[in-house]
Amino acid sequence: MHPSLTIRRENGDMVKDMPRVKLALVIDDSRVVRKVARRILEDLDFEVAEAGDGAEGLAWCRTEMPDAVLLDWNMPVMDGLEFLQRLRQEPGGDAPRVVFCSVENDLDRVRSALDAGADEYIMKPFDGDIVASKLTLAGVL
Amino acid sequence: MTPQDRELIARLSAERAGLRVDPDKTYLLENRLAPVARREGFASVHDLVAAIRDRDDDRLAWRAVEAMSPTETAFFREPRTFECVVSEVLPDLAMRRPGGTIRLWSAACGGGQEVYSLAMALSESSPPGVTVEVFASDLCERRLEKAQAGVYSQFEVQRGLSARRLVTHFESLDDGFVLSPRVRQMVRWRRVNLMEDLSRLGQFDLVLCRGVLGHLLEDARARVLSGLERTLAPGGRLVLGAGESAPGLSPVADRPGFHGRASAARAAA
Ligand SMILES: C[S@@+](CC[C@H](N)C(=O)[O-])C[C@H]1O[C@@H](n2cnc3c(N)ncnc32)[C@H](O)[C@@H]1O
Repeated sequence: MHPSLTIRRENGDMVKDMPRVKLALVIDDSRVVRKVARRILEDLDFEVAEAGDGAEGLAWCRTEMPDAVLLDWNMPVMDGLEFLQRLRQEPGGDAPRVVFCSVENDLDRVRSALDAGADEYIMKPFDGDIVASKLTLAGVL
Repeated sequence: MTPQDRELIARLSAERAGLRVDPDKTYLLENRLAPVARREGFASVHDLVAAIRDRDDDRLAWRAVEAMSPTETAFFREPRTFECVVSEVLPDLAMRRPGGTIRLWSAACGGGQEVYSLAMALSESSPPGVTVEVFASDLCERRLEKAQAGVYSQFEVQRGLSARRLVTHFESLDDGFVLSPRVRQMVRWRRVNLMEDLSRLGQFDLVLCRGVLGHLLEDARARVLSGLERTLAPGGRLVLGAGESAPGLSPVADRPGFHGRASAARAAA
């Protein structure tokens, strides 16, 4: 189910209940992973933005809050956990559903990500089914 | 595999488990039977089938039939169904039967994901004042063993299972994850072929049979359904998968997958 809003067309018509395309932000320092994630998310009808680390991701969120964030853990400059903690303190920063997406599969690490405010957690490697399942569980699909 | 090999496997699957296997799907047959051939020490699928035919080897025939049965499963498949069970159906039964016992049965449990989804949800919020007994069965010995062990790969625990439930109910084990003994011990296991007489199993308040009926031949489906119907306690419900139906039973309003005897379904509505 898409959130809806009223928009004005170029010809001046008001269009009601146009489903808004949801925005997903992929934060990962690997271009390959971002590309794979982008393809999966686009197949799920998301518009996709990419960032190479947490700081870049945060800058993105300050311009436009995404509906979903796919978040790597270990990255240069600012890692995933720090990004998450900062995001949740931003105005409107509790809205995005954040899904960690990391090679870390230690359950204590998963637990600390959830306790820090992540909505879901994906252990790499992932495929389209897993991403869809996790976004559904996070309530954004 | 020769055409005769494929015909034999299709016939065995139909006779023993009611399964609809298309003998023309060479690739599918080869694919499913190759691991059996390897495990049993045969050089090829053809050799495996030859042994089934020439030695009249009953055990091998079963391994082949089991391999031909569908495997698709996930934790909390059709999540609404599980919500209904735990937040509506069980509390309702508990209220009407204080001090009593409620019996649940996952009748084609596969690798255990379905019944453990129930067990996890129950361990999080069990209905007060009643004993809930959880049974699970499957045709396939290997899948039952896997289910009983409660060990799942990283891939399997990420299909339908929330990360919160993963950290709550599982521990890491080698490359995978093992379900806590507390949840595992809630379930009692048994090998059951749904084509056989089911009356010895007793009666159940809830029978889950999902992802099977669609793979059965028409006669087999009718037979399995009437067998399952007879295991339903008064007011009991049969829970089917999405898109599956039971001609003799009526769907229960607002409870996806739930079917009951017509009168009972109406009374509850
Ligand atoms: C697709 S799986 C479904 C698992 C689970 N119920 C679910 O919905 O996630 C189907 C299962 O039915 C079992 N099965 C097939 N024919 C059967 C029969 N005649 N009696 C008992 N189980 C059977 C298979 O072994 C397999 O594990």
